[in-house]
Amino acid sequence: MDNESQYSGYSYKSSHSRSSRKHRDRRDRHRSKSRDSSSRGDKSVTIQAPGEPLLDTESTRGDERDDNWGETTTVVTGTSEHSISNEDLTRASKELEDSSPLECRRFAAPVLSGALGLFALLTPLAFLLLPQLLWRDQLEPCGVPCEGLYVSLAFKLLVLALSSWALFLRPQRATLPRLFVFRGLLMALLFLFVASYWLFYGVRVLEPRERDYRGIVGYAASLVDALLFIQYLALVLLEVRQMQPAFCLKVVRTTDGASRFYNIGHLSIQRAAVWVLEQYYSDFPVYNPALLNLPKSILSKKMSGFKVYSLGEENSTNNSTGQSRAMIAAAARRRDNSHNEYYYEEAEMERRVRKRKARLVVAVEEAFTHIKRLQDDEPAASSPKHPREVMDPREAAQAIFAPMARAMQKYLRTTRQQPYHSMESIIAHLQFCITHNMTPKAFLERYLTTGPTMQYQRESSSRGRQWTLVSEEPVTSALRQGQVFSLRRLDFSLVVTVTSLPFLNLGEEFIDPKSHKFVMRLQSETSV
Amino acid sequence: MSFIPGEPVTAVVQRIEIQKLRQGENLILGFSIGGGIDQDPGQNPFSEDKTDKGIYVTRVTPGGPAEVADLRMGDKIMQVNGWDMTMVTHDQARKRLTKKNEDVVRLLVTRQGLESAVRNARM
Repeated sequence: MDNESQYSGYSYKSSHSRSSRKHRDRRDRHRSKSRDSSSRGDKSVTIQAPGEPLLDTESTRGDERDDNWGETTTVVTGTSEHSISNEDLTRASKELEDSSPLECRRFAAPVLSGALGLFALLTPLAFLLLPQLLWRDQLEPCGVPCEGLYVSLAFKLLVLALSSWALFLRPQRATLPRLFVFRGLLMALLFLFVASYWLFYGVRVLEPRERDYRGIVGYAASLVDALLFIQYLALVLLEVRQMQPAFCLKVVRTTDGASRFYNIGHLSIQRAAVWVLEQYYSDFPVYNPALLNLPKSILSKKMSGFKVYSLGEENSTNNSTGQSRAMIAAAARRRDNSHNEYYYEEAEMERRVRKRKARLVVAVEEAFTHIKRLQDDEPAASSPKHPREVMDPREAAQAIFAPMARAMQKYLRTTRQQPYHSMESIIAHLQFCITHNMTPKAFLERYLTTGPTMQYQRESSSRGRQWTLVSEEPVTSALRQGQVFSLRRLDFSLVVTVTSLPFLNLGEEFIDPKSHKFVMRLQSETSV
Repeated sequence: MSFIPGEPVTAVVQRIEIQKLRQGENLILGFSIGGGIDQDPGQNPFSEDKTDKGIYVTRVTPGGPAEVADLRMGDKIMQVNGWDMTMVTHDQARKRLTKKNEDVVRLLVTRQGLESAVRNARM
C-alpha cells in the first residue's frame, strides 16, 4: 500500500464513478486508521512523495469527505470553449508539419545556382551571336581557323553541359543549417568570372563595334576553357576531396546504445552530419521505445517497504536531505537481489519469444503449402471435379493470411513490434513475396530480425525528417580529432565522436622463397 | 640395447634408487635427461642405435642425489617407479620424474657394457 504513493492526490478522485469511490474511501479510512496508530505509537515520520500530504489532510477529515469532495478537489476537464485539449494540440502541430510554408527555402539555393550555371553556359553563344546580329556587314570574314574554333567550342560546350547535368543536376538530399562553403565559393567565383568577361566584352567589343571576328571567337573559346577549369575545380572540391578516408566517426544512439563506426574524409561538420544521417537510415536498427526499460516489477522492488524513522519532531523541510541521504546509504548496504530477478526475467522472455517464433514459423510454412503458382502451359481446370479458381496475388495473399494471422499477431506482440506492422502491411508484404516466388523463410525475415530504420519509413512524407545539429564549434568548420557533435531528434539523439585515422608506417621485408626450410626439433635437455 | 621391431625389448638393467633432495620448494634429482619420441634421435651422443628414441641421462650434477645413487651419464632409463620410459615424449618423461608427492624414485637403467659385465660375471 505504501508504495502507491506516487500518484497525485486530485486526479484519482475526479475521474471515477461514485460507487468505486465509495470502496476506495472505505479503504482510505482503514489506511488512515493504521497510520494514525503507528504515528501515535512511536512518533514516526514517513518519507512521502509530494502527492501524499494532500491525502493525509483529507484522510483525517473523516466522513464529510463524501459530500464535500466536489468543492475541494481540482479537476482537469477535457475541453471547454476557451481551451483546447491535448488532441487538438497534436492535430494542430501535425497540420503545421504537413503544410509546407518553408518549402521554398529548400529550393532557393539550387534554383539560384542553376540559373547562374545556365547563364554561364549561354554566355559564349551570346558572345558569338551578338556581333552577327548587330553589325554583320562590318565584320571581317573569317575562314578556316574560325571554323576550327567553332567545332572545338561546340564540343566543349557539349561536354560542359553533359558533365554539369551529371554532377550538379541531382535532387538535393538535405538542407544545411549554414552556408555550404565550397559551393558558395564556387558560385561566387563563377559569377565573378562571367561578370568580368561580360564587362570586358561590353567595353572592348560592343562599344567600339569590333570588326575582328576571329578575335571575338577566340575570346569566347577562352571563356569556355575557363568554365571547364572551374568545373574541374568544383569537381575536386565538392566530390573528390572527401573520398580519401581521414577520420573515423563513432556514432552512438543515446537511447539504446546502438553504435557504428564509419570512415570519412575531410568534410565540414554539417556535411559530415548529412553523411552520417544517410548511413544511419540504412545501418541502424529501428528505434523501438517499447524495448528499452527494465520491467517495472524489478525496479520498483528496490524501493518497496522501506521507511526511515527519525525520532523527534516533524521538521521535514530541513531534515529531508539528511533523510534521503540516509535512505540511499541504507539502500546501498542492503543486499540487492534485483539482478537475480532481471536474469530470470530475461531468460523467461527469451523462452517466450522462441516459443512464439516456433509457432509462427510452422504456421507460415503450412500456409505457404496451400498455394502454388499456376504454370502457363497447365490447363486452368484440370478436372471437372476440382475446379481450381485462378487468383491474382492479392487474393492469394488474403487467402493464406488467415491461418497464420493469429500466430503472427502473438509473435509481434511479444517482440513489441506491433506498431510497425499493420495487418494491411503484412498482407501487402505477403503479396509481394508470393509474386516473387519467395519461400516462407524469406517472407519471415522481415519480422524475425529488426531491420534498419529505412525499412519502416513512410514514403508519403515529402517534407523530410527534421534533425537538429548540436555542436560546440561552428558547423562550417572542418572535422578535427576529438570533436564531438550530436544530431538530435525529438525523442533520441545520435552522438558522434571524431577520431583521426592513424598514420601508417609501412615497411618492407623480402623473403626468398627458397628460404623456407624445416628440421626436426633439436634434442632438448631438461634437468630434473 | 638395440631392439627388433615387433619383438619385446630385452635388456640387462640395473636398479637405482634416488632420494629426492629438497631445495627450497622444489624436489630435485640432480641429473638431466634427453630424448623422447618427439625428439630427433640422430643427435643423441650416447645411444648405440641412432634410431633409439628412449630417455637418456645427459648430465649428472656432481654431488647430487643421482651421483650418490650411482647414476652415470649415458644411461638409458627404462622404467621410473614402474612406469615405462621407452616410448614416452620428453615432457611426459619429465613429469614422471618430477612428481611432487614422491620422495624417492626407483629407476631401471641400462648402459653399454652391462650385458658383457653380467656375462663375464657369470662365467
